Amino acid sequence: MLRVEHSTVRFDGRTALDDVTLDVGDGEVVTVLGPSGSGKTTLLRVIAGLQRPDQGRVVLDGRDLASVPPHRRGIGLVFQDHALFHHRDVAGNVAFGLRMRNEPAAAIGRRVRDMLELVGLSGFEDRSVATLSGGEQQRVALARALAPGPRVLLLDEPLGSLDRRLRDRLLDDLARLFAEVQVTAIYVTHDQAEAFALGDRVAVMRTGRLVQVGTPDAIWAQPADADLAHFLGLRNVRDGSVVRPEAVLVRVGGGDGNGVVLAAIRQGPTVRLVVSLDSGETLEALVTSLEHPEPGDRVSVEIDPAGIVELP
Amino acid sequence: MDRHRDPLSARAWRAVGYGVPLAFLAFFFVFPLAEIVRRGLGSGGGESPWSVLTDSDTRQVLWFTVWQAVASTALTILVAFPAAYVLGRYEFPGRSAVRALVTVPFVLPTVVVALAFLAILPQGLQRGWAAILIAHAFFNVAVVVRVVGTFWARLDPRVSEAAATLGAGPWRRFREVTLPLLAPALSSAAAIVFLFSFTSFGIVLILGGPAYATLETEIYNQAVRVFDLRAAAVLSLVQLTCVALAVLATTRLEARLAIRGQLRSERDVLRRARTRGEKLVVLASLGGLALFLGLPLAALVERSLAVGGGHNLAAYRALTEPTAALLATPWEAVLNSLVYATGATVIAVVVGGLAAFAIARSSRWSTRLFDGLLMLPLGASAVMLGFGFVITFDRAPVDFRSAPWIVPVAQALVAIPFVVRIVVPTLRAIDERQREAAALLGAPPRRVWREIDLPIALRALAVAAGFAFAISLGEFGATVFLARPDRPTLPVAIFRFLGRPGELNAAEAYALAVVLMVVTAVSVFLVERIRVRRLGWF
Repeated sequence: MLRVEHSTVRFDGRTALDDVTLDVGDGEVVTVLGPSGSGKTTLLRVIAGLQRPDQGRVVLDGRDLASVPPHRRGIGLVFQDHALFHHRDVAGNVAFGLRMRNEPAAAIGRRVRDMLELVGLSGFEDRSVATLSGGEQQRVALARALAPGPRVLLLDEPLGSLDRRLRDRLLDDLARLFAEVQVTAIYVTHDQAEAFALGDRVAVMRTGRLVQVGTPDAIWAQPADADLAHFLGLRNVRDGSVVRPEAVLVRVGGGDGNGVVLAAIRQGPTVRLVVSLDSGETLEALVTSLEHPEPGDRVSVEIDPAGIVELP
Repeated sequence: MDRHRDPLSARAWRAVGYGVPLAFLAFFFVFPLAEIVRRGLGSGGGESPWSVLTDSDTRQVLWFTVWQAVASTALTILVAFPAAYVLGRYEFPGRSAVRALVTVPFVLPTVVVALAFLAILPQGLQRGWAAILIAHAFFNVAVVVRVVGTFWARLDPRVSEAAATLGAGPWRRFREVTLPLLAPALSSAAAIVFLFSFTSFGIVLILGGPAYATLETEIYNQAVRVFDLRAAAVLSLVQLTCVALAVLATTRLEARLAIRGQLRSERDVLRRARTRGEKLVVLASLGGLALFLGLPLAALVERSLAVGGGHNLAAYRALTEPTAALLATPWEAVLNSLVYATGATVIAVVVGGLAAFAIARSSRWSTRLFDGLLMLPLGASAVMLGFGFVITFDRAPVDFRSAPWIVPVAQALVAIPFVVRIVVPTLRAIDERQREAAALLGAPPRRVWREIDLPIALRALAVAAGFAFAISLGEFGATVFLARPDRPTLPVAIFRFLGRPGELNAAEAYALAVVLMVVTAVSVFLVERIRVRRLGWF
């Protein structure tokens, strides 16, 4: 089990990591979600031993890692933009960690083959990494980090530099792979969809602090504060409570409604309605029907009390 | 990152990294320089330093040196610009071959370049300022094409496209968007060309004739022909001052080059020429450059074959025979050159490589000072080095003038700045995350150095070695002072042949120039094969 305890990192008076405590169980995937500059990468660097915390410590399986240099921690890191060794071919990259452990060449060759098969790059051994596409480089970086069998795998926005379609595909592959390898992983991202799709638990960070840690459902059901609710796309915040958009029921009124539709925005299977109430309040609603009110329509709005979440 | 490095051996390595280059430089550069200053400004011995300075001849030499350098720079940019544009904007078959071929004149020994223009220019133009300017443009075209072209190829074309959508026509886009963005590269290249033209020796000595002297040739003239050591020393100091000012400006410009905002990868920028007009531009630019660079070299080969009214190999056959021009056979000069250049390469790579590792590891002011110190021999000019050696190492206990290793040492001094400039940026460019990635995969610090830094450095060192070899092969300014009459190098032998009348002597000079060109081209070709990634300046 990995435990980060009360860790703080300051850069030139700016606090990049502020008293962060986080437990990650064996085989668990925790995604760290937050905007850029929220301290996600710093957290990973502290765990990897690349950044010494000003306060706090990192404990792995009961052992304090403070005096353990990065190369003896057995923690793998998939870097943002990959940081592949451009002076080595694909196999040379994947084999690197195994060579550091002086494994016999035959075993290394087998393991490299297995790893490349795992990430879907069989036969790429002799390719120069410079000739690979972004997605392929990403897979090599993953295979390289996984090859030595790390106790913990850290991933720093691994899909950040890829286009959306590729990202969606790799996201599915990653989810499958995490399940298959049973690796303990911390996955950092600014993308909500990624965080909720991959994480057994999601840890939300803001300005160096952990705001909330919980399962995707738990966070979605009960965001820790109004800012987080807003970050998650829950924009109906009133009097210390959040109204879920699906709990805002909109009917095209027969003339005596209590609001006007300002916008109707299709987002895949759902349509987001922005409604201006006569009371001056603006609410967002989600409707799933193909037919929906158009901007300018007068509507009547009701709120399902079950969809009101009290903020702490 | 935590450094779990053995502190004692780390300190020992740092001492070697700084100590060896410093000791080398102190003895073989600062010491001779001090001797020049002593001879130049010290009391006693003929006229006063002031009278040399105010002499009308000196002023004329200084004036010619400056204006020919400015004009050479302008001409070089003019000639190189179309090719830089094509390399900076278009993808075409053989693009990397063009980049490599354009470099050939730059690594050619200046003596070869001078002979190539003697061979191609009509009688009336063979000697004089025009010949000098054209030869300088030929020699330096690679600097502009490669520095500007490479930079151009990474400028985001969308910036210019944005200007187009805002209503700017092609000329306005070029003047108000592309040119300002190119300015850092352009001015950096111009500064380098200016410096090379300012300190050019072989070309001016051979093509200038007696009427056109620059500071560099005048130092040689005063020291070797007039034997006025005082004047040579004073002129050396003038030269040093001018070059120091120019180098200062260059480093300023290089600092500007370092701030280069959002550059893109060449792959995203370059595109194929599509319209007929675009194809014509590509063909005309490259074809024009090919003619400008190829014809003089072809003429050189032709002249080496022109003996006795026909074309034959008589001049080449004569190379193995004794000649009145030299105290050795020309072939022995070829061997001397190879041996000297090999020695110089070893010295330059060891001293420059050690220094590069020390420089790349830190950015403290003391390291930057050390870096600047190592660049000084480049600025001091080869003729000054040779002259300094001659007047310094001529008496016990430092009587090394006829020691066999003095020539390689002088050549190494000229090559060291290039070695440092090639290796340092490569080492600095290693992404720290690569070292971190290696550490996380289980590599201890020493192993990280061996697995990441060393392989990348080795490639850069191999490239540097190739350059050092080519530079040493063609080194003329210092070697002409130091090579013993019975052990001439190729450039020295060529120069001696030129000073002799007769058709065969001329043909032998051309033949030796061809040999020198081939040997240099082969060593550079090997370097180009090693170079997988872009390094340093080029």
